[in-house]
Formats: sequence, structure tokens, C-alpha cells
Amino acid sequence: MSLILDKVSYVYGAGTAYETWALKNINLKIDDGEFIGIIGHTGSGKSTLIQHFNGLIKATSGGIYYNGEDIYDADYDLKALRSKVGLVFQYPEHQLFETTIFDDVCFGPMNQGLSKNEAGLRAFEALKKVGMPEELYYQSPFDLSGGQKRRVAIAGVLAMKPEVLVLDEPTAGLDPKGRDEIFAQICEMKEENNMTVILVSHSMEDVAQYVSRMIVMNQGQIVYDDAPVRVFGHYKELEAIGLAAPQVTYLLHEMREAGFAVDTGAATVADAKREILKYFNRSAAGNISCKRMDGIL
Amino acid sequence: MIRDITLGQYYPADSLLHRMDPRVKLFGTMLFLIAVFSFRGIAGLLLITVFLAGVIRLSKVPFRYMVKGLKAIWVLMVITAFFNLFLTSSPNIIWEWKWIHITEEGVATAIKMMIRLVYLILGTSIMTLTTTPNELTDGLEKSLKPLQALHVPVHEIAMMMAIALRFIPILIEETDKIMRAQQARGADFESGSLLRRAKAMIPLLVPLFISAFRRANDLAMAMEARCYRGGAGRTKMKPLQYKKKDYAGYAVLFAFFAGVIALRRFTI
Repeated sequence: MSLILDKVSYVYGAGTAYETWALKNINLKIDDGEFIGIIGHTGSGKSTLIQHFNGLIKATSGGIYYNGEDIYDADYDLKALRSKVGLVFQYPEHQLFETTIFDDVCFGPMNQGLSKNEAGLRAFEALKKVGMPEELYYQSPFDLSGGQKRRVAIAGVLAMKPEVLVLDEPTAGLDPKGRDEIFAQICEMKEENNMTVILVSHSMEDVAQYVSRMIVMNQGQIVYDDAPVRVFGHYKELEAIGLAAPQVTYLLHEMREAGFAVDTGAATVADAKREILKYFNRSAAGNISCKRMDGIL
Repeated sequence: MIRDITLGQYYPADSLLHRMDPRVKLFGTMLFLIAVFSFRGIAGLLLITVFLAGVIRLSKVPFRYMVKGLKAIWVLMVITAFFNLFLTSSPNIIWEWKWIHITEEGVATAIKMMIRLVYLILGTSIMTLTTTPNELTDGLEKSLKPLQALHVPVHEIAMMMAIALRFIPILIEETDKIMRAQQARGADFESGSLLRRAKAMIPLLVPLFISAFRRANDLAMAMEARCYRGGAGRTKMKPLQYKKKDYAGYAVLFAFFAGVIALRRFTI
């Protein structure tokens, strides 16, 4: 059971002066239960790529297979695919339209052909999972704050019980607290429902601590596809394409260059802290090292 | 997709026509339209065709790209041809079946109307293809300046036009995005009865209207923040000024128009 992209390319505005290659020869295999981050600069093709996953955009060339079936087959049910591969777009304003939050979340399940009761049940479940306070369920979605609109949008897709959940910049424009909350809830949902989750972001730092696999895109091509730690090892190349590794990566690399034998493979602040402490405990002559540390910091 | 509509979109290129003053192009388009509807006989048509072909060559816009814009109006052309073909009455009948009859004059006017429509669209699209919306409104504002004496709010009209034109691609893109967001939730815009399809538009129209209002509000705020207060006393960073090629353009246009009028004497 997996999602496979085979030599997928996509061209915008073919045959005009605006012709641009959004995707070039993308090969990708996404297995069940993976937690993936897709990272890329604005315009690197990541949003175009994820819209191929559920057939919203048809590739100019190449094939896409979901669970072994070709989604471009004439009799393949794209509507069914869209409820299996749930896609949450970046701006919740693009999908909220109902008079109440509850009705809006029901929209997806109702389109799946569920009865009103079943759809309602799904909506309750989904809203609870994203942590919406119950007293807001029957209010207008347009009066909510940005973070809560985003929660409703995620619930709207979650209510369809997708097997793969794709989130396009789920924390753009949120404050750090709202961002951490949303990420924590996504992790929780992933554990509970055993979903495949794909996070799209332009910030390495945000997703590094959650995902187990990182796909870096640049100019419509996959540059790296590896574990976050190994991707960050290429921090100089990442900078060249307008991305940045987490700050701790820079710190650890600079320490290493200054002669401290720390392991540079820490992706989060907590890991880095552990690594640095471990090193200093190991080298008994802490005093001298600390003085040298001052020079770097 | 909706973004494939090419009719009337600016096509970036570096040609003599692109660099010409928008007023010349506006005036030229008007003159061309009058010519298309006033020519008589093959000679006049020939002159117009040569002129149009020359201008298309000069614009450096691929002819194929222009023809794509014609696809949008083929229904209109078929209907026009149909009415002219069957509803022109004259004694010179060439084909008859029960109450349907085709006359010589019918065929002639049908062909003439088709040619006129095609030329009309090509002629006007050359202007929009080679002129950015900003240049166009600038040109219009300056051409209509004399009307200010009659208390016509020329600047405001031009500004509204510029904003409206600017918003068309933005709203098209927005529609596209909303459509996809709703399709991702299983919305179906393409199948079902007319009523069902109309109902399916609600999830598309509500977010679209909300975003259009929000954008209008933001724009008004941004304009006010930059102290916009209408056209009184406002100067331009790049004022329109006629250059040598613009005068030459006017000369060619007048010569062309005089030619079409003169050729009206030959009716064959």
C-alpha cells in the first residue's frame, strides 16, 4: 500500500510565453504510516507536487499509482481518491463557506455520500481531534482567529477519514504557540489513526523535530530525500537554494570546526543540548574548553 | 482550466507596437473598427487584410496565440453566419427546401459578417496583447482629458478601470484555488443536473465573494495610507509623450483609412 510517482513532470502554460516547468521528472515512493516533510523555497514546486497526490492536477507526463492502481486510468474514481488522500490547503479562507463551523466540517463527509447523522458524528470526532472548544461548534467560521480557522479547515478534511493527510503550510502566519499546538495535534492524530502524514513547509526548523523523512525541493526537482539529520549535513548546499538548516546545526558544525568533537547530527535544540552536555562531561578538562566556547558564541 | 483564456491578455514581447504610445493604439483600433465596418468590395477587404497582417507581423505576437483567443467566440460566429445565411430574403435563390431557402445575397453577407467578426476580434486583441492594462488606462485618461471641462471624472474612471483590470487575473486565480480546495473535500462542479450544479457553486462563490470584499477593503486602506485623494493635482512618474514613431504611426493610420474610404468606389 503506497503512493508512487513515476517520472512526473508538469508544465504551466505550455506553448505560451509564460511556459514554465513546475515539476521535472519526479520519482517518489511514499509508504504507509510515514511522516514526511516536503521543504522548498517559495515557487520550488512543492504545492504543485502535492496537488498531484490526489489528482487535482494532471501531470503533463509520467504516472501516479495509489495502492497499485493507476490514478490516470479512464475509469479510476478520482473522487474516491480525494477522500483517501486528504489535502488541506494553505489558506482556510479558500474552503470555509458554511454558516456554522459544524456544517462546514460536515461538507466533506456529506460529499462522500454519508447520511446526515454519520457525517455529524464524523464532524464531532474531527473537531474534537483538532482541539476546537465545543461552544464554538455552532458559530460562524468567519469570526474565528487565523489559528482556529486553520483547525476547522484541517477538521474538514480529517472528517473524511483519509489514509494519507497532506498539509500545505499548516502553520503559516501562526504565532509560535499556535504553531506548536497544531504540530502537536497533527502528531497525536497520526499516532491515533495510523495515517501517513505529509507536511509541506518552507521552514526546516519547524518540521525537523516531527518528521522522519525529509524531501527537499528546488526548481521543480527533488534535491534531497533522506532522514532530516542527514539532509542537514548538506547545510551549505541548502543555503545556496535559499533554505536554512536549523540554527543548532550551524552551532554544532562551528563547534566541530573549532575543535570540539561533537556529533553534528542533532536536529532539535533538545538533542543538541544533550549532545553538547555529553561532550563536556566527557572531556574532564571542562575549563579550557569553556573558554574556547566563548570565542564561538 | 480557466486560466487558459487568452482573449485580451497582455503578451510580453519587445516590438515596435509594444513600445508605441497607447493613445496611438487606441485611436488606431477605433479607426480599424470603422474601416472593417465601412469597406465595400474586394479591394477594400484586401487592403484591410494586408494592413492587419502587417500589424500582426509587427507585434511579434505568435499568430497561433491570437487564434487561440478566437476559439472563445466561435459560437457567436456560427450563430451570426446561420442567421445571415437563412434569413436574408432576395429573389436570387440558390437552394430551397420547404420553408428554408438560401440566397446569393445571404451567402455573401454571411461570409462578410464572419470576416468582419474575425477581423474585429483580431484587431482589438492586438491592442490588448501589446499594451499593458496600466498603459491602456493611462492612454485613455489622457485622451479623455478634454471631457474634464464637462465635469466628467476622467481620472476616477481610469483608476476604476485600472483596478478592475488588475483584479481579473487575481480573481481567476482565486477561483481556481477555491475550486481545488473544495474538490479536495469531494465537491463536484462538473456533473449532475443544472440545479445540482448551481447548488454546487455555493461553496465556490461564498469564499470568492468574501475574499473579493476583503481585497477591496485592503486596497482602499493601502491607497488611503499612501494619501490617495483622487486626480486633482496628481502628476505622473512617466508622463505620456509622443515620439517620432508615434507620429509615423498616426500617418500610417490615416493613409490606411483614406485608402479604405477611397476604395469604396470599387464595389466588386
